[in-house]
Amino acid sequence: MTAVIELAGVSKSYPGGVTAVRSVDLAVEYGELVAIVGPSGSGKSTMLHLIGTLDRPTHGTVRIDGHDVATLSDRQLSALRARRIGFVFQQFHLAPGRDAVANVADGLLYAGVHKKEREWRAEAALVRVGLGDRLTHRPHELSGGERQRVAIARAVAGDPAVLLADEPTGNLDSVSGAGVVELLRELNAAGTTIMVITHDHEIADGLPRQVPMRDGRVV
Amino acid sequence: MSLDPARLRPADLLRLGGYGLRARPLRAVLSALGIAIGIAAMIAVVGISSSSRADLDRELAALGTNMLTVAPGQTMFGDEATLPDESVSMIRRIGPVLAATATGAVADSAVYRTDKIPSGETNGIAVLAAEQALLETVGGSLASGTWLNAATGRFPVVVLGSAAARRLGSPPTVWMDGRWWTVAGVLKPVPLAPEIDQSVLVGWKAAGTYLGFDGHPTTVYTRSVDAQVEAVRAVLAATANPADPAEVTVSKPSDALAARRATNDTFTALLLGLGAVALLVGGIGVANTMVISVLERRAEIGLRRSLGATRGQIRTQFVAESLLLSLLGGAVGVFLGYVVTGLYAITQTWPTVVPAWALIGGVGATVGIGAVAGLYPAIRAARLAPTEALAT
Repeated sequence: MTAVIELAGVSKSYPGGVTAVRSVDLAVEYGELVAIVGPSGSGKSTMLHLIGTLDRPTHGTVRIDGHDVATLSDRQLSALRARRIGFVFQQFHLAPGRDAVANVADGLLYAGVHKKEREWRAEAALVRVGLGDRLTHRPHELSGGERQRVAIARAVAGDPAVLLADEPTGNLDSVSGAGVVELLRELNAAGTTIMVITHDHEIADGLPRQVPMRDGRVV
Repeated sequence: MSLDPARLRPADLLRLGGYGLRARPLRAVLSALGIAIGIAAMIAVVGISSSSRADLDRELAALGTNMLTVAPGQTMFGDEATLPDESVSMIRRIGPVLAATATGAVADSAVYRTDKIPSGETNGIAVLAAEQALLETVGGSLASGTWLNAATGRFPVVVLGSAAARRLGSPPTVWMDGRWWTVAGVLKPVPLAPEIDQSVLVGWKAAGTYLGFDGHPTTVYTRSVDAQVEAVRAVLAATANPADPAEVTVSKPSDALAARRATNDTFTALLLGLGAVALLVGGIGVANTMVISVLERRAEIGLRRSLGATRGQIRTQFVAESLLLSLLGGAVGVFLGYVVTGLYAITQTWPTVVPAWALIGGVGATVGIGAVAGLYPAIRAARLAPTEALAT
């Protein structure tokens, strides 16, 4: 088994009749760097939720790291996210008033890691994303690009099987954005499987594989 | 790979609860203050009433609870009864009685500050013939001067009760039945025999010689062996007046003092109820804070779910936060309540007593309030779907 993400005939409908994703088949292998690209309303955010196990499909099968999402309980999905999936969001979602190490260390809280180990792994992750000199800075003391790096450090600190980045450059200027994309490339080169969800073709085109979406279908 | 969610360690849970409070310190302090005021009010009410009770107990211990008084009641026809002259010596013969002594009301005499005071303006002061043993038996003491002795008890010499002295203005001599009487001493208040406070005491013999006292005792004060007080009480009436035991009234003055407790208890219950209302309002404040906190922190809830928090862990986090908030208020409240009790007790020269059950109960109540106030918001937080929480 080499696919970390495996979608077979996946559809997602919401109450009220809106179908966001229609019979999508997709396989992403370990070590890949993939972009899901499409305009707003194309269903790419729903794809992120399905792949991130934050939501379940209406039809079809989603397998993440070999686990069939449909067979897992809410608690088991939580544990799967805690250990095997890292998230990076457009809005960073950092806790204000807590320094970079504390923010990153929180990413390991639900994986059952001791506080001491959480902290040194957080420091290592921050060094990895190039913020070795910003360990004790709080979010408001960091630039947008640096904040997104902290968020990326939080996502990779637990060595997830897959890193899901939702519009990671959406709130950044082009220089910072390019830096973040470069960082994602480096992390991928070091072995992390990464899926970037973006509407920006320029960013998607710079990545090894693109999955274009439109109206809930892979085209 | 096992997919059992890792348990949050207690220390991590405590930290999680603390983060939420530290993010908005003013709000946390204000809502903890509500709890603090409620707990402080309750602790102070219980503390002040316990301190007052401790003071009363101390007073009772000093006075002794083994005093019984015997007084004539009424006859079958509603007239004032009298005690036989020999009742005091009869009572003294009861085995467990340690001491018995009498006072006798001198019916037709009145005491005045000087001979210039119009007759009739007695200030409500009674004249009592007293035996020497009276002072010791009722547990009285002198504010100034000396008590009657074998010699002064035979001459026109008086000792003033505390209230009587105040009304007469502590003169060196008083005017009674056409004669000047020397004031030998003034008594301190006698808690077990407050009637003595309102009286002027003259020697038994002097009363007979100068005031035409008939020699009937009107009140007999007795002290008994502590363990036998009730047994003595049962036979006192028949001993004092074997012919008509029903015409004798026996009472235990320390019971009247103890009755003050019961009055206090009712009042305490009322104040405690008020404190409970304050605490309830404080609890609602905490619940309100938690509900708002959950509404504001949807994004954080979504993030934590994406980081792998289970619903249970989100719920526990918010309950922990609420518990911490009320515990903070409870600790401050217990401290404040103790300080208020201490200050009040000092002004009353009481011992400061706050019962352990009140302290433990206070903290226990805050834990209960925290849990109840936090549970509903926490359940709401946990029910939030991760995608919905992240969408905000």
